[in-house]
Amino acid sequence: MTNTNSLRTQIESDIAAADTLDALEAIRVGAIGKKGTVSALMKTLGKMTPEERQVEGPKLNALKRDVADAITARKAVLEEEALSAQLASERVDATLPVDLPPQGTIHPVSQVMDELAEIFADMGFAVAEGPEIEDEFHNFDALNIPAHHPARAMHDTFYFPEKEDGSRMLLRTHTSPVQIRTMLNNEPPIRIIAPGKTYRSDSDATHTPMFHQVEGLVIEEGIHMGHLKGCIEAFVKAFFEVDDVKMRLRTSFFPFTEPSAEMDIGCCWDKGTLKVGAGDDWLEILGCGMVHPRVLAACNLDPERYQGFAFGCGIDRLAMLKYGMTDLRPFFDGDQRWLSHYGFSPFEMPTLSGGLS
Amino acid sequence: MKFTLDWLKSHLETDATVDEICAALTDIGLEVEGVEDPAAKFADFTIAHVTGAVKHPDADKLRVCTVETKDGTKQIVCGAPNARAGMVAVYAPVGAYVPGIDVTLSKAKIRGVESFGMLCSESELELSDEHDGIMDLDAGPEVGLPVAELLGLTDPVIDIAITPDRADCLGVRGIARDLAARGIGTLKPYEIPQIEGEGDAGRTVFLEFEDDANAPCPFFAGRKVSGITNGAAPEWMQRRLNAIGSKPISALVDITNYVSFDLGRPLHVFDAAKLSGNVGARLAKEGETLDALNEKSYTLTNAMTAIVDDSGVIGLGGVMGGEPTSVTAETTDVFIESAYFDPARTGHTGRALSLESDARYRFERGVDPAFVEDGLAVATQYVLDLCGGTPSKVVTAGDAPLRRHVIAFDPAHVGRLTGLDVSSHEAVAELEKLGFCIEGDDAPYSVHVPEWRADIDGSADLVEEVMRLKGLDAVPTVPLPRAPGVAKPTLSLQQRRERALRRTLAATGLHEAITYAFIGEEDAAAFLGSAEPIALANAISSDMTTMRPSLLPGLLRAAKRNLDRGLASVSLFEIGRVFLGSGPNDQPVQAAAILAGKTGIRNWNAAAGPYDSFDAKTAALQGLKALGAPVDKLQVFADISGDTPGETYHPGQAGELRLGPKNTLARFGLLHPKIAKAFGLDGPIAMAEWMIEGAPKPKAAGSTTKAPITLETLQPVERDFAFIVKTDVPAQSLVRAIQGADKAAITNVSVFDRYEGTGLEPGYVSLGVCVTLQPRGASFTDEDLEKIAAKIIAAAQKSADATLRT
Repeated sequence: MTNTNSLRTQIESDIAAADTLDALEAIRVGAIGKKGTVSALMKTLGKMTPEERQVEGPKLNALKRDVADAITARKAVLEEEALSAQLASERVDATLPVDLPPQGTIHPVSQVMDELAEIFADMGFAVAEGPEIEDEFHNFDALNIPAHHPARAMHDTFYFPEKEDGSRMLLRTHTSPVQIRTMLNNEPPIRIIAPGKTYRSDSDATHTPMFHQVEGLVIEEGIHMGHLKGCIEAFVKAFFEVDDVKMRLRTSFFPFTEPSAEMDIGCCWDKGTLKVGAGDDWLEILGCGMVHPRVLAACNLDPERYQGFAFGCGIDRLAMLKYGMTDLRPFFDGDQRWLSHYGFSPFEMPTLSGGLS
Repeated sequence: MKFTLDWLKSHLETDATVDEICAALTDIGLEVEGVEDPAAKFADFTIAHVTGAVKHPDADKLRVCTVETKDGTKQIVCGAPNARAGMVAVYAPVGAYVPGIDVTLSKAKIRGVESFGMLCSESELELSDEHDGIMDLDAGPEVGLPVAELLGLTDPVIDIAITPDRADCLGVRGIARDLAARGIGTLKPYEIPQIEGEGDAGRTVFLEFEDDANAPCPFFAGRKVSGITNGAAPEWMQRRLNAIGSKPISALVDITNYVSFDLGRPLHVFDAAKLSGNVGARLAKEGETLDALNEKSYTLTNAMTAIVDDSGVIGLGGVMGGEPTSVTAETTDVFIESAYFDPARTGHTGRALSLESDARYRFERGVDPAFVEDGLAVATQYVLDLCGGTPSKVVTAGDAPLRRHVIAFDPAHVGRLTGLDVSSHEAVAELEKLGFCIEGDDAPYSVHVPEWRADIDGSADLVEEVMRLKGLDAVPTVPLPRAPGVAKPTLSLQQRRERALRRTLAATGLHEAITYAFIGEEDAAAFLGSAEPIALANAISSDMTTMRPSLLPGLLRAAKRNLDRGLASVSLFEIGRVFLGSGPNDQPVQAAAILAGKTGIRNWNAAAGPYDSFDAKTAALQGLKALGAPVDKLQVFADISGDTPGETYHPGQAGELRLGPKNTLARFGLLHPKIAKAFGLDGPIAMAEWMIEGAPKPKAAGSTTKAPITLETLQPVERDFAFIVKTDVPAQSLVRAIQGADKAAITNVSVFDRYEGTGLEPGYVSLGVCVTLQPRGASFTDEDLEKIAAKIIAAAQKSADATLRT
């Protein structure tokens, strides 16, 4: 009996003293392994009388079980200690700075074009495009701007050298030629916007020789000036993201619309920031009108049957008004600091559900 | 176009305020650009009485004045020699801004004596150049009377923008007519003087045009007034002209200017004594010259209308008269000319000579052809009234080119085109207010267009007239009819692709730039190859002469500017048209990107080196994927061909991604060092270009459903191989060969190692290739794997002359 007890005491103290997993394993093998001390005692059970066995059996089994439990418990402790030591050794300085992957930007003009596409898609407008080097027919003649009209001279047109037949190509002075191309190639009903680059030989803080315009065109039976008003009012509210906007239309002149009008929106300066939509000042924002019967006729449409409206406005200017740039020239300089500041994250895709800005 | 309120009221009977008038003007299409209140500039200046003036104790030339002002008695130190007790002077208090010396007054101590304000000279108030002494006014005005009131400077000047169609509003009377039609007052009658004249004009007038059509100048009228005195115009006329910025010169000249601004009728006055023979109009002969009134000399072409007498050219029809025949203070006989000049030719002449004048401005927009003789009569009356003299009979040549334009008009058109609810009666009434004559009892009416409205072409123009008088506020706001349901997508495939490319490139760290589509000639030449440059005929600057054949030069210039500003890393892209020709199909949309400087900022766990061609290749492939191009079907060609010559890219570090042998979808690589040098750039510049329009259209899908996917339950296996190939064998051919060795099993082939050097023969390279194999249905047996390996080795041998490294 003493034998069993002293063995138990010995093994338990060994387990407690084991400080590595290997030492613990050696104790396990030495105690309950095939040739272990406890296993050796277990073997003696076979030679005992049934009475002896009835007494010694449970004791030895209890010893074996207790030793196994003690080893498992000790093993868990040692494993925990080993992991802690490993983790401590793996410690890094989490305050070291990391570099984020570079994040590029979308140019404000592209962003505004996407906003326009979104707003006008909701009103059923497709996005149309056209060449930037145009001919005089599409840029002027078909738009009811005859050769000697003062309006033509006022366009500050960039020309290419005269061809042998006397004709000249030019850089389009407005996006209106896309109207012509659209009407010549499509049957009404037509609803398009045509954003794109335009060119005039003019340069100062608010004029660059290249700039961006968006043109709108609706040709359907029964469309009148009231629809034009409704359309551009909806556009201005959606674009500037305001519920109400103070606006006025005033009669104006464009050779390719009759009647013609210009739209102003109310604005004011608040602590150096321009606020759009309300206030006592007026900001000219777009030109518009009912498509001139001569323009319709030039595009082989019967002015007696079809009528519609067109409007045009500067995209760069829209961007400046909405996002607060004060100088147009940096738009085309490619200064990465300016682009980072005024550009948009590629993930800020304007949508009607997510918002336009 | 400027005019004063008082001037307007000489034609318009109205009680409307300036604000009401301006609001109406803007609404009817005569946009008010500004209202200048001349009194505003003088608001701070009032009358003061000087009650004492003694010499400054410490300065001989200064006087210490005691002044009774609106602010009480003030002590003012004054340097003017004429300052004296008892004078009536102009006082500017502390805080006033004095325009003539650009100073805001503050309390001052002048040589020890305090001074509270200033007594002003005419030059300090910008009234004249007079600065020898302070203003010394006649006795009478009370202390505190505003100077503006004393000077009669209370007439506001209204400046309006006239659109090119509204020639009729280039005279104050036309503006008054529009306002009266709008309901702002009543147009006062204007009596055209009936002047019979006596005796002949001393000469006849003639028109001498080849085809007798007289198109450049269909009507020419004139008359002499003898025995006149050309003094100064009366104060009222000078004041009005001054107010709108037209400097008074002499009565005769001022009369022509006044009639021009008042009635939109330009005229010319010749000194009759300086004319030789008859006066008329003809086309100029090439090289004829004119010394014009603006003291410049012009050489004429045969496209210009000249006014001539026996001596030759004496005026430029519709634009400007000549100096030698001009009137002076000594003129006693004047010949007044009134004619009609063709708008187009007048405009052309003015532009060709860069010669602006008030006459040209009116003639090129179209003056009232029915008012030629009336204008002459009005001017004659002014001459008689202001200069005296005896008028001759009128001499004329040609006929007034009246349009006599009649439009068939159904007033229902107003509602159809504008949505306005206007009755037939109302519409007709509005037109009549503007001077249109309506004939007929029922629609369509015959509407006779007044001769001064050359802009009125058809029925739509009449609609605009009615609309602008009713006011655009009256036009209802109607939502555009919309299709039921949710709005449909509207972008084209190309537009969607551009959008995807743009946002993908930005997501990889590139900034979108927009650069000018015209660039410098030399910048373009570097990217033109053998193509012809497309150069502007009228470029405005030497760095904007030629349409860009590629987006790269613009981006390289931008990169250079950024690097010069000290940026360490520049990554830009642009999407836009390039110009390979001037036809509509020669202006494709392309995209390009450049990576310049360092790959990033130096970081403790990442090096920042220069960009290389593989950075460009990565960008190129990412972009192509965004465009929806079949990236795994593309072939990389190490030679750059096509529109851009090889010299653009580094010949050894560039490639083209083509679909088939000819359709190049993208290029990538390093900029050729020669071009880098020409652009002033140091270090390697990585760049990529995308020929967006070349990406194939996806096969039309009948449905949104995707093909079903089989998700294998068995794990893929990886097998590594090392192949030795000649260094000039493209890795692509080895990879392609292995990919094709067993298409069912091989799902991926990657190159994980590239080695040349010790242990290998020179000219050979070892490529470590990892092949991923996907078992389908059953696991691979050793035998299966051996068979596949054998196929891989055989294919590598056959296509890339590769041997397994042992």
